[in-house]
Amino acid sequence: MERIMQVVFAMRTVWAVILALLVGSVLMVFAGANPIDAYAALFGGAFFDYFGFGATLVKFSPIALAGLAVAIPLRAGLFNIGAEGQIYMGALFATAAALYLPQFYAPLHILVCVLAGALGGALWAAIAGALKAYRGINEVIVTLLLNYVAINIVSYAASGPMMEPGAPYPYSPEIAPSLALPYIMPPTDAHAGAVFAVILALILAFCLKYTTFGFSMVTVGYNPKAAQYAGIRVQKQIVLTMMIGGALAGLAGAFEVLGVKYRLFQSFSPGYGFDGIVVAFMAAANPIFVVVAALFFAGLRSGAQVMQRAVGIDSTVVDATQGLIVLFIAASLSFRFRDSRWARMLANRRTAEAAIASQEKRNA
Amino acid sequence: MPDLFDIGWTTDLLRTSLALTVPIAFAAIGDVFSERSGIYNIGLEGMMLFGAFGAALGSFMTGNPVFGALLGILFGATGAAVLALLSIRLKVDQIVCGIAINLVALGVTAFLARLIFGLDATTKTLSGFRPWAIPGLSQIPLIGPTFFNQDPLVYVLYITIPISSWLLYRSAWGLEVRAAGENPAAADSAGAPIFRVRFVCVLISGALAGLGGAYIVLSQVFVFTEHMSAGKGFIALAAVILGRWSPVGAVLASLFFGFCDALQLRLQFANPTIPYQIFIALPYVASILALLGFYGRTKPPAAVGLPYSRETKV
Repeated sequence: MERIMQVVFAMRTVWAVILALLVGSVLMVFAGANPIDAYAALFGGAFFDYFGFGATLVKFSPIALAGLAVAIPLRAGLFNIGAEGQIYMGALFATAAALYLPQFYAPLHILVCVLAGALGGALWAAIAGALKAYRGINEVIVTLLLNYVAINIVSYAASGPMMEPGAPYPYSPEIAPSLALPYIMPPTDAHAGAVFAVILALILAFCLKYTTFGFSMVTVGYNPKAAQYAGIRVQKQIVLTMMIGGALAGLAGAFEVLGVKYRLFQSFSPGYGFDGIVVAFMAAANPIFVVVAALFFAGLRSGAQVMQRAVGIDSTVVDATQGLIVLFIAASLSFRFRDSRWARMLANRRTAEAAIASQEKRNA
Repeated sequence: MPDLFDIGWTTDLLRTSLALTVPIAFAAIGDVFSERSGIYNIGLEGMMLFGAFGAALGSFMTGNPVFGALLGILFGATGAAVLALLSIRLKVDQIVCGIAINLVALGVTAFLARLIFGLDATTKTLSGFRPWAIPGLSQIPLIGPTFFNQDPLVYVLYITIPISSWLLYRSAWGLEVRAAGENPAAADSAGAPIFRVRFVCVLISGALAGLGGAYIVLSQVFVFTEHMSAGKGFIALAAVILGRWSPVGAVLASLFFGFCDALQLRLQFANPTIPYQIFIALPYVASILALLGFYGRTKPPAAVGLPYSRETKV
């Protein structure tokens, strides 16, 4: 019994998602559609259709990377609300590396662009990390504020020094075709970034569990004072952890340029960085679960359009459902097995059984 | 560069600055209460959006902007009630709750707007507030037309500032609020009702954010559009930091944000050679520098962000 209830509690995220989808279906009924048809169109279009799945993967890559960018610092007790800004800085650095470095052996050049993107995100996140580690300034606020600074830096770059001459609105010149990331599901737009995100998630999960670096990071998250006593350099660890998060988000930005847009557009990200926060929390900061949650979210995003065409209800219903999912997951975080009535009841039961058993022993 | 001494141009710039300040200032004053009592209100953005939607709905149904403003306040406070319930009662992380509320507001208002106001999700021009010139004061050059020929919600802001300052620093309740944000355990043992104080403060922040959203609809644009709060709630959070967690400071910081915004709008049209982005980003950079500069002198409330629970239940 206790085992079953523990599993039920462990799956509370799933229940929250199901509950949100149910409430979403009420909204669909309000809008005058059959929710079963709508969800069938949505998930069918997102996951069980070759082109649809390709479109889902295009969104999966940045959402998963942004999710990891939030999840990894979260393990060290740091809130990275700045994935959005780090995505922008990553895209800026990657575009600069693609446009201004002399052309050389293409695969190597792609690698340089990708690393430049990671560097851009890492440096941007390092600001918040350093302010947190050495000045004690809340990283939530700093990363949030830096988002807007980064978005405006990219807006300036795309409309000023990097702007394509004679372009009707701000965007950079196109990167060389040889620098485009390989497609993985031709003829859809799905690119190698999606595969890379999954591999990175596996590597990160391994590092968190089996390496000294991962261990010291998680220890800082659990108890910074204890970590200090154990000889971990907490301040350096905080900056490094934020930089890793930033690098992951920077990769998301680099892949958007190298894999999807081929140019730097101003305000190109539709809030992937904020989706990343949601995904990281859904996954309880576990890199493997981040991949699952990101796939689900990317599917919701891309399936919404299919649903709108098929059933005729507006795709904003998906935005509403998405919000509800996050809200219910947030609420579900407060239900812990050990504080639950179930745990108490089962504990009472155990003591009662123990009492009976000892009574019987005495009687015997 | 247009002449700063051209009184018409300057008056116009100041009027626009004030108009862009008002929604931020309302939300920022609200957030001062919330943060002073120990709760980060990252959901401010969503509450503004709820407020804007409520205002549009009220004005749409009754044709009366006063009713719109009231409904805006109510919607904003409802969003805040969710935050309060989750973060104070259920002790879910405040940042997560706030982000959840932002996303819910974004989706639900967009969906309901299309359902109620029609497919393009943009309402027809709603009836809103018109400027009331205050006799006498509005005749003063520069200051008069800027500050005293505004619509009623701006005057509401003028009244809100001293009231909130008084509440926070001079009333017994304000002491409880500040104690709840600095050291809830001590305040609790002194008999202050921490949970109720925090709940009320979050409701106030939601109501004021809702009023800020209502101002955008009822006094500025007279329509509801999707995601029309457009980051103003986050700016308000920055204004609270720049304003060092005091109502007057928050309003002054909001004015700085509003002025920079008005300036960049002008520059975008008048002088395309100057990168207008500098002026959008400037207040954010200033906020970060303020955090750095005030380090050691002014600190955020000590207990902000931490859920409070009694060690033993009474």
